[in-house]
Parts: sequence; C-alpha cells; structure tokens
Amino acid sequence: MDFKPSVFFEALTSPAFIDGVRITILLTVVAMAFGLALGLVVALLRASPWAPLRAVAWGYIWVFRAIPALVWLLFVWDALPQLVPAFKGDWFSAFAAATIALAMNEAAYAAEVFRGGLLSIDEGQRLAARALGMPPSRVFTKVIAPQLIRVTIPPLSNDFITMLKLTSLASVISLQELLARTQTLVASTFRFVEYFSAAAIYYLVLVSIFMVIQAQLERRFVWISRQTAGTSALSRVRQLTALR
Amino acid sequence: MSEPPVGHLLDAGLLGEPVAAGRQGTAEYVLEAIDLRKRYGHNEVLRGVTFGVHRGDVKAVLGPSGSGKSTMLRCLALLEPVDAGEVRLEGRRIGVRESGGRLVSLPERVLAKERSEIGMVFQRFNLFPHLTALGNVMIGLTEVRGRSKADAREIAQTMIARVGLAERASFYLGELSGGQQQRVAIARALVMNPKVMLFDEPTSALDPELVGEVLAVMEELAREGMTMVVVTHEVGFAKRVADRVIMMDGGAIIEDAPPAEFFGNPQHERTRKFLEAVH
Repeated sequence: MDFKPSVFFEALTSPAFIDGVRITILLTVVAMAFGLALGLVVALLRASPWAPLRAVAWGYIWVFRAIPALVWLLFVWDALPQLVPAFKGDWFSAFAAATIALAMNEAAYAAEVFRGGLLSIDEGQRLAARALGMPPSRVFTKVIAPQLIRVTIPPLSNDFITMLKLTSLASVISLQELLARTQTLVASTFRFVEYFSAAAIYYLVLVSIFMVIQAQLERRFVWISRQTAGTSALSRVRQLTALR
Repeated sequence: MSEPPVGHLLDAGLLGEPVAAGRQGTAEYVLEAIDLRKRYGHNEVLRGVTFGVHRGDVKAVLGPSGSGKSTMLRCLALLEPVDAGEVRLEGRRIGVRESGGRLVSLPERVLAKERSEIGMVFQRFNLFPHLTALGNVMIGLTEVRGRSKADAREIAQTMIARVGLAERASFYLGELSGGQQQRVAIARALVMNPKVMLFDEPTSALDPELVGEVLAVMEELAREGMTMVVVTHEVGFAKRVADRVIMMDGGAIIEDAPPAEFFGNPQHERTRKFLEAVH
C-alpha cells in the first residue's frame, strides 16, 4: 500500500488547503443565504392569488430543477458575460459567478421546501392571527414564520449539506476552493490518495460541525416549557406522557 | 384536578376603555347582520341572514352542520367577505367602504383594525404553538394594540389568572388540555377588549369532561355583560344563558326567539325535529 501519513498530515495542515476550506465555507454560507431568500420569494409567489405570479414561480422551479448545477454554473461564468455586458466587469469574479449560480439553483429547491412548510401549517393559525386584528405582514412574521422555520430546518439542513458539496463544482471555473486546491497540489506531487483523503476529511468535519449546529437549532424550536423539559430526553417523554 | 374559580373577566381598569368608546350606545344593536348572502361556486351558503344583538345579550345559534352557522360567524368577524348584505358594529357598517358610488371591500390592513374590535373563539382553539399560554394572550396586545411587552405581560398574566390558569401561564399548548387551551383562547380574545365575542362551537372539539370548565368561563362572561354570539350544540347552555336562540337551516334563519319560547314552543317544524334529534 502506498500511503504516506506524513504527506497526508502535511496536506491537512497546509495553508493553501486551509485557505481553500475558508473559500468553501464562505461560498456555502453566502450562496445558501441568497438561495434561501430567493427561495422564500419564489414560494410566496407560488402561493399568490394572482395567476401570472404563480406561473412565474412555477416556471422558475421547473427550469432550475431541470438544469444540472454544473451546466448552469458554466453558463453563468462563460455565457452570461457574452449575453449581458454588465457581467464583463471586474466585479464578476469566479466567486461572484459561483454564488449567483449556486444560489439560483438552491432557490428552486428551497422554494419547494418552503411551499411544503406553508402547506403544513394549519389554516386555523392564519385565521386566528387575522381574527386578532394582525395586519398581513405581522401574521407572517409573528405567527407563520416561526412555525415555518421549525418544519423546514430538517429539509433545509439537507440542502445546506448538498450546497457544501456542490461548491466543489466551482473548481471548474477556477475558484480556488477546497477541491481546486487539492487538484493543484495533486498535479505537482501525484500523491492522489493522501490529498484526496485530506480533502474528504475536511468535508466530513465541516458537515459534522454543521450537524451539531442543526441539532442546536432544532432544540431551540422545541416548544415545551422549562417545567416539562427535564434534564434528559427520557424524563421529558415521561412527563409528557404523564400529562396526557 | 380541581380548577380555580373564574371571575372578574371584564375589567375596565385592566383592559382600558372599549375601542372607540365614543360611539357606544348610539345604535340599537351592538352587532347587526342585514341580509347577508354568501356563495361558494354553486353552493349558496348564506341566503339572506338578518339579526341583531343588543348590548350585553347572548345569542345562541343552533342548527345542523352545513346550515351556514360557521360561515355566518366568519362573515361577522370579517374573515370572509360577504357577497351581499351588511355587517354593522354599533351601527357603523364595517368591512366595506364606498368608492365612486360602489361598495368595495376594505384592504386587508384596514380590515385588520376592524377585526380587532371583534373577539373570535374557534372550535379547534387555534392557539399559536410557538408561544406559551402567556405569549398567546400577549401577542394581540403587543402586535395589534402596540402595548409594551411589560404592559402586555401584566395584563395577560392577570387575564390568564382570571380564567383559572395562573399556574399554567408558562406552558406551551402541547402541555395543556383541550379545555385549558380553549380558556387561553378566550383570554387571548378578551384582552383585546372586543365589543362583541363570537364563539364557533367552542366545546365541540373537547372531551365531555372538559366542556364544563369552558362553559363556566363563558357563563361568567355573559353574567358580566359581554355581548356574545355563540354557535353551539350545547342545548343546556343555550337554555341557561342565552337571551335569544336562533335556528339556522339551509343558510337562513328559520327561528329567532327567547329560549323559553324556542325550546317550549318552536314555531318551525324543522326546529322541532332538530330539537328532538339533539335531546
């Protein structure tokens, strides 16, 4: 077996690698943030009472779920500047292109998650909020949104992990994220096993950290009182069943 | 578990003056429906419903399911627009405004203001699961009435105690029984200091042993002079508490009489049959 631990550990700790990780994290977070915002808009459009708006939203989801992320990424990077002169400027970096492409891709999926979440919230919630006299914006922010966040945390966490891995596609447009850095180092050393293993370890660690964050988030959205919340999950279940 | 007594629900010192108190007493009815009509597609749900509720009166609404009772209540609460007819609150027409000689539905934002003067209690409670019992009672005060958090908390805490749930203020709805949830829902509507309270089958979703505690709160409210419209299957409640009882059938009111008359000598054959069936 040809595996040199020293090369592997050197790869893990090399500044170039760590800088690649930094770009991977940054791209994931920024693209996800824009993707979620756009996805929420698309989901709300799909629930609009006005048919043309619903059609626009439906068309968006149809197109961006159909086009492979890699195709769309290459289109944004290579074709968009030819189509729209504004994208010829210096600001249009590989990072900007990757953010736009991955965010638009994510928005199509997030829109469907949000739509499912909105459908899962009992109509009585909106009704009760309106009956109290809340204007539409408050109905959404104070009553619908907190419940929407709770039901969409698990599916959107899936999307976040997918996004983290999709950022590796940006290596084809020369963005120096984790995979691009790995390939550069591999090309000069031919130590495939060590470098690709090190990259895999980084993805594993990043996803693990995120899973911990997800668990924390989900816990914040468990709606039980301090009296009922015992120290362990088991005691909580016991108290809840005792209440019934 | 024995429940603490309820009482002192309408307290001007706690809740402040009723909204737009200046108009009080100028109209014959607090709430009035005039020839309400509503259809969903080909289904005519309301075929001209007319009635009025005097200040402090309790109107019980009986009728088979599908007779239009819930739709009527939703139209009165401005949660559904009517196709024709008028809803009047203290003599003032609500839900619409005149524009170029035609009546148009008010924008949602303005409707919201008018709705806040009418309290609504739902069959399935519709409490907000992300808030505690206290939070549910506070939200209308902070988000609609613009009260500070501290003020709202104080008022809500007092009101929750008065429906007998002081001990449960910090509980979420998954930790409350159905009867407790409905009492929170009543408190949530009451702190808005509404001019009239509408109840849509408030005890129909409850286990039989929990019905009493909710009816007790409603009876206390009636005693303290709240104007109420109660859609219910609780004939006993209608007999004891209502000033008038309405029978609805096929989207219309077919009988409207004081309870003694309504139950003792119903004029309409349909009412007689319905009362036989529910007894």
